[in-house]
Formats: sequence, C-alpha cells, structure tokens
Amino acid sequence: MFHNILAISWKETKVYFSTPAAYIIATVFLALTGYFFVQSISVALPEASLRQWAIASTAVFTLWAPVLTMRLLAEEQKLGTLELLMTSPVRDTEIVLGKYLATLIVLVSTLMITLFYVILLNWFGDPDMGPMFVGYLGLLLFGAATLSIGLFASSLSPNQIVSAVIGFGVLLMLTLIGQAAPLTEGVTAQVLSQISITNHFQDFARGIIDTHSVVYFVVLTVLMLFLTSRNLESRRWR
Amino acid sequence: MATNPQAMIEARELTKYYGDFVGVENVSFTIHKGEVVGLLGPNGSGKTTTMRMLTGFMPPTSGVCRIAGHDVLADSLDARRAIGYLPETVPLYTDMTVEDYLEFMGSIRGLDRDYLSRRINQVVDLCRLGTYRKSHIAKLSKGYRQRVGIAQAILHEPQVLIMDEPTIGIDPIQVVETRQLIKTLGEDHTILLSTHILPEVSLICQRVLIIHDGALVAEDTPANLAHRLRASDRVEAEIRGPGAAVMTALRAIPGVTNVTRTGEGDIATYNVDFRGDADPREAIGKLVIGNNWGLRKLNPLSMSLEEIFLRLTLSEEG
Repeated sequence: MFHNILAISWKETKVYFSTPAAYIIATVFLALTGYFFVQSISVALPEASLRQWAIASTAVFTLWAPVLTMRLLAEEQKLGTLELLMTSPVRDTEIVLGKYLATLIVLVSTLMITLFYVILLNWFGDPDMGPMFVGYLGLLLFGAATLSIGLFASSLSPNQIVSAVIGFGVLLMLTLIGQAAPLTEGVTAQVLSQISITNHFQDFARGIIDTHSVVYFVVLTVLMLFLTSRNLESRRWR
Repeated sequence: MATNPQAMIEARELTKYYGDFVGVENVSFTIHKGEVVGLLGPNGSGKTTTMRMLTGFMPPTSGVCRIAGHDVLADSLDARRAIGYLPETVPLYTDMTVEDYLEFMGSIRGLDRDYLSRRINQVVDLCRLGTYRKSHIAKLSKGYRQRVGIAQAILHEPQVLIMDEPTIGIDPIQVVETRQLIKTLGEDHTILLSTHILPEVSLICQRVLIIHDGALVAEDTPANLAHRLRASDRVEAEIRGPGAAVMTALRAIPGVTNVTRTGEGDIATYNVDFRGDADPREAIGKLVIGNNWGLRKLNPLSMSLEEIFLRLTLSEEG
C-alpha cells in the first residue's frame, strides 16, 4: 500500500522539481506573499507577527492550488497513461494519495522558504512564537484543503485549463460564501459561515487553535480525496 | 467446472453496452499458455473494448474474464499483476526519460530495486532502446515510443501480454522489427494482440479470433482461414436456356455439390454450391457457350466471413 503511494508521489515530486512549472508557481507565491509581508511591517507601528501575511497567503492559495494540481490527473487522462495506471496493480486510492502527497511536499517546501520571515522578525523584533506556529499550522491545513480541491478538479477533465478553472471556481465560492452569511438569518447564516473556508482560518491567524476549524479542514480534505478516488473509480463504469 | 490451469486468458460471454450502443456482445474464448493469438477485426468492431475488459480498465456489462486464473473484477490486483498491457495509444509520460519511465512502471508493479535495474537492462536490450535510454520520451519517434510501450509491458515478466494494435502508425521497417520482437516474445509469453491487418496475423499468430460488430464470428488458424477464404462456396448464375438441361449440365461439373433453381421460364437463376477448392465459374462459362445458351450474370455469393475480410486491409498499407 505505502510502497505504491510513495512510488507515485516520488515520480510526481520529481516532475515538480525537474520542470519549471513548480518553481514559477512557488516564485509567484513568494513574490505575492512577500509583498504582503513587507506591507504589513511597513506601517507606522509595525507588529512583529505574521498575521496579515498569513491571511494574504490564504488568498494566494486559492489561485495557487488549482494551478499546482491541474496537471496531476488531467494530464493522465489526456496522455492515456491513466489507462496504464488503472490496469497496473495499484488501487485507485493509492493513485490519488500518491499524487496528493507530492503536492503536499511542494506546499511544505514553499512554506519552509517563508520561514525566512520568522527569522527576520526574530532578528529585528521580539515576536510571540506561539501564534506564529499556530499560523503556520493553519496555513498547512488551509493549503492541504485547497490542494485536495484542486486535485479533485483535476480528476474531472482531461483539460488542465478546465481543471484549474473548476478548482478556482470552487475555492472562490468557498471563500465568498461567508460574505453571504450576514445577508441571511438563523440556520442559513450559520451554515453559510461554517462552510466558508476563510472564516475557519481567522482563528489560526489570531493564534488560536479551534478544534472545530481543524476538523473542518481535515474533513474537507478527506472528503475531496475520497471524491477524487470515487471519480477515478467511476471512470471504469462509464 | 474447474478452471483449466493452462488457460491464461478466459472470456466468458463478455458483453459491453455503451448506453444503448452494443460495444461487444457475448464474446467467449480461451487462450492457453504459450499461444500467440490475434484478435482481428475492422476498425470499430470491438477489439479495444474487449481488451479493456480483459485488462480490467473497464468492467463488462455482463460476463466474466479471468487472467491466469484470477477473476479480473473480483481478484483484480492479482489479475493485473499477471498482465502486461500495451494500449492502442501508447501511454507515455513524455516529460520523463526512457529510464525514469521504466523505473516508475516497475516500481508501481512492486518490483524490487535490484531486480528492476537488471530487468531494465534486459528490456532495453531486447527492445533495442540502448541509445535512447537517457532521452526524453517527447523527443522519440513514433516507432521508438512503441518500443518503450512494449518495454514497459514486458518489464515485470507478465504471464500474459495484451497488445492493442502494436504496429499501427509506425513506418514499414519498424513494423517488421516490431513483429519480429513480438514473435520473440511469443516464445515465452501468452500473447493476445489486436490488428486490422490480415497479413499481420498470419505472420505472427498461431490462432485468429475474428470479431465483427462486437461479436466473435470465427476462430481458426491463419492457414485454415486463408483456405476458407480462397474461394467462396456458392456461385449465382443467371442463364437463358432450357431449365432441366441446364440443371443436369451444371450438376455434371466436377466439384459441384448442389444446384438449385429459382425463377420460371427461359431465364432463371441457378445457385451452384461447390467444394471450397473447386471454383466452377470458368466451367460454367464454357458450358453455356458450348450449348449456345445465354450467360446473363455470374457472380460468387459473398459469405459473411468474406465480407468482413473485405473490410480488413488486405495490404500492408494499413
């Protein structure tokens, strides 16, 4: 089981790190979030925290994740290699988890580069490390969820652009749906604000680990991976 | 009924519907260990569908297939382990090198590192890919890509090889080489390959399954099939002449087994049946002229098998 997942994720990770795509995507991510970092410390009374930066990063994730994941299953469908994978002694779940693991590796690598900001803040100020750690945990959970949505979108179409647009659309909806909450009342408002992916990140940005937000991200991720796997399986029945 | 241990590929009443459209209907066959069998049929006859069901890529609407004794649906992973598969569009990751690609294909089939590196050396030699081992697949010609496809299919020494149109779209010299390679592989693999080129099966295969409109219509050795096709078994002749006399004269032609007459009066149509190796058409012509009758029409009646063959490319042009 693990052997196959590792074999697939090793292959995908190699592709990520041997083609320009991942570097370009990471560079764009770092450039955009770097701008937000500079902006957050360039105010009259700068705060030695990553709070503003982390919130800005989640916005970039919604663009970043679909682009990073669009190739993974769309290309397999286009090249016909999915037929080969699905006739190899590999379970559909292993295909999905292997691919997903590779995207997590890229996510973690990119986030590790941003630890540079933590070093900077420590150099010039005296930040509270606890909330910073929680912020990173939040980014990791948020990123993992967005990547799983991107992967699911990638399983829906052999066309990478279509996959990216679907992924972006879903993420944008999950982001904006929270803003619809104040317009409604009662249960509807409750549900809408609970579905919103950004609302769940707010606590992490503030340095609070809210278990039900953790559960939200984990459940969302697992659900998306499950749907991806089922979608692959359903191709067999078409 | 116990499963025959020698039966490597078994299809039992395989049926596949795409909505209302019949892809394959009620196809049954058994391929024994060491056989090289060709699945022959015109384009769109159900060859790819059959192969996709055998490899477990697509489940049949009904019916069962077993590979090396493993049910493709119920015992899927074991069945897939026993198969090397070359789909019609060679599935290659174009941004990988030949070596990386083979390494990946080996690792997802659970081959251990030492064995895999030894096997990669072997298949690279066998498929003559040596000079391109470190090349990106995107840069390879179609013929070489086909070889890489074959290399991945045989990498894990599968008991069964399934190849969908292995010689399609490559240049004639490479076609000859690929056929030679398949012949070599046939020495220690059970092979099912599909093609729409008639001469190809007689070159490579010991047995042929002919599929048409989703149904299996014939199963024989290439030599027997060719023999059966050499002449049609019935000739239709429209002759002007005295009915009874014409009947008698036709029956007297050597090789003719039966004559039936339809139509009244002077001009009638005669169906002349004959043994496969004795084409009586010229004799009928002579007979009619000799008796001063009138030959108005003479044509061999197409049998269904021959019709199918006419649709198959009989030349190498493919």
